[in-house]
Parts: sequence; C-alpha cells; structure tokens
Amino acid sequence: MRSTRPVRPVRPRPPVRPASSVRPGASPWPYVLIAPAILSMLYLLLYPLARAVVISFQDFRLRQLILGDADFVGLRNYRTLLSDPRFWEVVRRTFWFMSVNVVAIMVLSTLVALMTERLGRTGRTIVLSSLVLVWAMPVVAATTVFQWLFHSEFGIVNETLTGLGFASFEGYPWFAHPGAAFAIVVVLIVWQSVPFAAITLYSALTTVPGELYESARLDGAGAARVFRSVTFPLIRPIFMLVISLEVIWTFKAFVQIWVMTRGGPGDATTILPVYAVQTALANQRYDLGSAASIVTVLLMSGVLVLYFRQLLRQEGENL
Amino acid sequence: MTVTVPVPRRAAVRGAVRRLPLQAAAALTVLICLLPVYWMVVTAFTPSRDIQSYDPRLVPATWTLDHFRHAVRAEGFALFWRNSVLVTLGAVLLSLVVALGAAYAVARMRWRGRRQFMLAVFTAQMAPWESLVIPVYIISRDTGMLDRLPTLTLVYFMITLPFTLVVLRSFIAGIPPELEEAAQVDGCTRLGAFRRVAFPLLAPGLMATSLFGFITAWNEFTYANFLIIKQQDSRTLPVWLASFQSTFGTDWGATMAAATLFALPALIIFVVLQRHVTSGLASGGVKG
Repeated sequence: MRSTRPVRPVRPRPPVRPASSVRPGASPWPYVLIAPAILSMLYLLLYPLARAVVISFQDFRLRQLILGDADFVGLRNYRTLLSDPRFWEVVRRTFWFMSVNVVAIMVLSTLVALMTERLGRTGRTIVLSSLVLVWAMPVVAATTVFQWLFHSEFGIVNETLTGLGFASFEGYPWFAHPGAAFAIVVVLIVWQSVPFAAITLYSALTTVPGELYESARLDGAGAARVFRSVTFPLIRPIFMLVISLEVIWTFKAFVQIWVMTRGGPGDATTILPVYAVQTALANQRYDLGSAASIVTVLLMSGVLVLYFRQLLRQEGENL
Repeated sequence: MTVTVPVPRRAAVRGAVRRLPLQAAAALTVLICLLPVYWMVVTAFTPSRDIQSYDPRLVPATWTLDHFRHAVRAEGFALFWRNSVLVTLGAVLLSLVVALGAAYAVARMRWRGRRQFMLAVFTAQMAPWESLVIPVYIISRDTGMLDRLPTLTLVYFMITLPFTLVVLRSFIAGIPPELEEAAQVDGCTRLGAFRRVAFPLLAPGLMATSLFGFITAWNEFTYANFLIIKQQDSRTLPVWLASFQSTFGTDWGATMAAATLFALPALIIFVVLQRHVTSGLASGGVKG
C-alpha cells in the first residue's frame, strides 16, 4: 500500500478551462457528479474517524462491543494511557524507529539517485529496473522472504556470515534478540522504501540543467561542493516531499512488524500502530486502542506541522 | 554527457578506471535489490532436502515444481485467489466510475465549492487508514458486514478513490476542451462528445490509475486480516500467505512458492508499466 501512493498528479496541470456552457450555479450536474465521491468520503472515512474519537471517550470493552451500551467517561482513557510507562516507552521507540528509518532511507536513496544519474544508459536501465522490481514486491511477500533470509538454521544470512568467518552467527536466532529483531525490521523497511525515494529523487535530478554543473566545475567546485551549492537547493522541494512521505509511512508501519514479530520479542518492535492494535484487539480494550490511535494521528500531524512550518519559512521567498 | 568526442587511448583507460567505483556501487545496488527476490524464486524451485541443508547453494543442484504443486493444492488457495481478484477488481472499478464523474465535474465545469471539494480530496489522500481499523471493525459488525468481501471492497475503494480522482482530474484537464466542443458542434451531445473524443485520450490515465489501485488492493493486509475473522472462506491471499506457518508448518519451499505466486501479478504489472511509472514521476513529481 505504501508503494502506490502518488507524489503528485501525473501531469503538470494546465489552467482549468471550464466549458463555457456552464455558469456558476446554473446547473445541478456538477453536484450530481461529485455526490457519490462526497457520500463515500463521508460514510467510509469521516464517519469511522468520528467513531474512533467517540470510542476513545467511552468505556468500550468486549461487553460494550456486544451489548452496545457504552458510557462516556471523559478523558479517562487518555489519562490511563498517558500514565502508563509502557505507552511512553512505545512513543519513544516509535520516534526512534521513525528517525532511524527515515535517515537511512534518505541517505541511501540520495546516494543511489546520484549514482544512477552518473551511470551510462545500460547501467541506468538495469539499476532502475531492479529498483522498480523491489518497489513492486508486495509487503507481505517481502516480509515472508526476510523471515526466510534470516531463518536461524537454514537462512542464507547466517550461512553467509558464518562462511565469512563470523562463527558466532552459526544458528543465530535473529527474532529472539530484541536488538536484532529491531534491526531486521529496519532493514526490511529501508529495503522496501529506498526504491520509491531513489526513483523520485533521480527524476528530480534529471531536471537540473547540465550547464549549472559545468559552470560550477569551471569555478573549481569539488563534487561535495557542487552537491551542496547546486544540486541540493534545486531538488530540495522534492527532497522535503519525500522526507515527509517517509515520515508518515514509517510512523504508521504496521504490516511488516505484525507479520514478522507481532511487536516482539518482548516489546522490542512495538511501535504505536502495533500497540494500538494489540491493546484493542488482543486485550479487547477498544477504548484504549482508539485513544492510542488518536494520539498517533495527533503526533503524526504534529511532526508534519513542524515540517510544513519549516518548509514555509525556507521556501517563503518563492511563495 | 551525451557529446562524444574522440579521446586519446590513455585518457579513455583513465576514464574507465575512474568509473570503476561507480560501477561497483551500481552492481552492489542491483545485488541488494535482487537478492531477496532471487532467493524467494530459487527456494521455490529447490527440493526440500536441499532447502533444509546447512550448505545452501546460490543455484540449486536440482530443480522441482513440487512446492508450486503443494502451494496450489493447499486448502483454499484457489478460493483465496478468487477472493483477492474479486475484491481488487470490485474496488478498482468502483473507484474508477466514481472518480471519473467527479474528475470530469472538477476539470470541465465551474461550480461553487469546487476548490473546497479538491481540498477535501487532497486531505482524504493523507487519511490515517492504519488508525481506523477499530472503528471500521465496529461499524462493520454493527451493520452485519463483518467477515464479508464487499466490506473489503468498500474499504479499498475508499483508500484508492482520492488518488484516482486527483490523477484523472489532471488527465482530463490535459485534454483540450475544444476537441469536445468541436464534436458538440458536429451534433454530439455533451456526454457523447466526452465518450467519443475525450475518453479514448484518457485511456493511459485510466490504465495507470487502475493499476495503482490494483496493486494497493491486491497487497492490502491490515483490513483483510482484522475484518475477516470467523469466515475463513472469505480470506484473501496476503492474509493466507502471512499465516503460512500454520498452513505449511515449516515448509519453506511451499511458502516461497506461495509468495512467488502471490507477488507475480504485481511484479509483472509493475515491470510492464515501469516506463510509465518512472516517466510519470519525472513529469509530475517535479513540477506542480
């Protein structure tokens, strides 16, 4: 699902030229045409969102789920949640998880994008094709493959590491060690996310006019300087866009973790979305789970607002 | 870069040496990208006794189709495949029809609330779907829609709708309205003009959006896992694959065969479409 979100409309949009026959308010047709979209957004998106908010203010457990007699308890669920040390640990882990992933994804995909641009035509086609292949790999299939790669007895990773002389990896149970399990989830998510980021950054790089590089080099700038003073400022909008998308995606990473570790061992890979589902569906505390989901959404919007303010300040002169 | 100037031999050699690290990095990237995919496919073709060996080989000594037979004959495989196809096609068709009408209204007509509508669509595109499992579960239960495929179809329709609308809108806006106006002058109705003139030009846009929608719905796991609970017959492929351990025990060959069969449609579609995907990003991702 994460792989298919669009960055922007596929084509630059030309100015809208509405057909002259329809004047504002003259025809019911536009409203008839948008009605199905509006109704589905109201019922399938806004209503569940409102429901989540309501449940988070109720006493809503298995009994209430069956009988439907939930009482409002005000902020009690939020108080329970915020006074739980385990919850705060999960929040800290979520931010840590998000930063590690996003930094790794951005560094690697920038390097891959810069590399791809310098390759010849054949090499570029091969690299882009393999990136697209990874991008297309369904999340559940990729997660299953990683479980197999890191299998303690027959996995090729342990086999290779042992073969390279790291004898301690003989039969190493990756999913039994908190740090190792965390690392594998990060590797999986980075592996899955770099293709989208690298291809997007690469297409941004292709729009940088070559003359700019030439004149920078004539002025005696080295590769790092050219990147810092010429390339990066020009691709910064797209770079920022990719960062914000990756922040959203890693903040709500769920499927990889759920399929691979269910948040374990212990709590080592439990981040907020996993915590919410665990609380709601495993412990049948739908109220606490909803509150945790709402907190997740608020934190995520908080991060994004910070980012957008930064962006507005930076790009202020262009707006 | 594309200008070719005859270079002296020594300079050419020096150039080749300088390009060596770049080519090594490219080779490493390709290797890291492809190895997991390769290992999945190869394991699917490797006999079980070689899989459970402490000396795995990069190319299997003998090949077998047993795992594919095993996976295809596993209980419910055909059924889950059918479920996935039904849910996916239903969601994609529904969102194409709904989005096409709305996109036409936005791109071709002027009406009060047009900008607010597009703003709502853009916001909906950022919807925190992962956080809505619990209310959607409760609403489905209250309306008797739990454990039913149409529920998944509706959810996937909603997940793909905003994207489909945004992309179709820009495709329609890219077709000059004069073409349709000319057809109307020639006696077509407004709908007829759209159908005969604009619709064929819209084909690439429809194809691109429906394939994006296809992949989203085909891969979706979270809702499929938590909305289909009692009725095991309504499960879809991703959930079935994720529960392989109970299905196959530790049969990794069959698991990798199943993963290959599940990934195949998405991989084929993406590879066939990759030129459109990358060029679409190149033209749309940067501008705007």
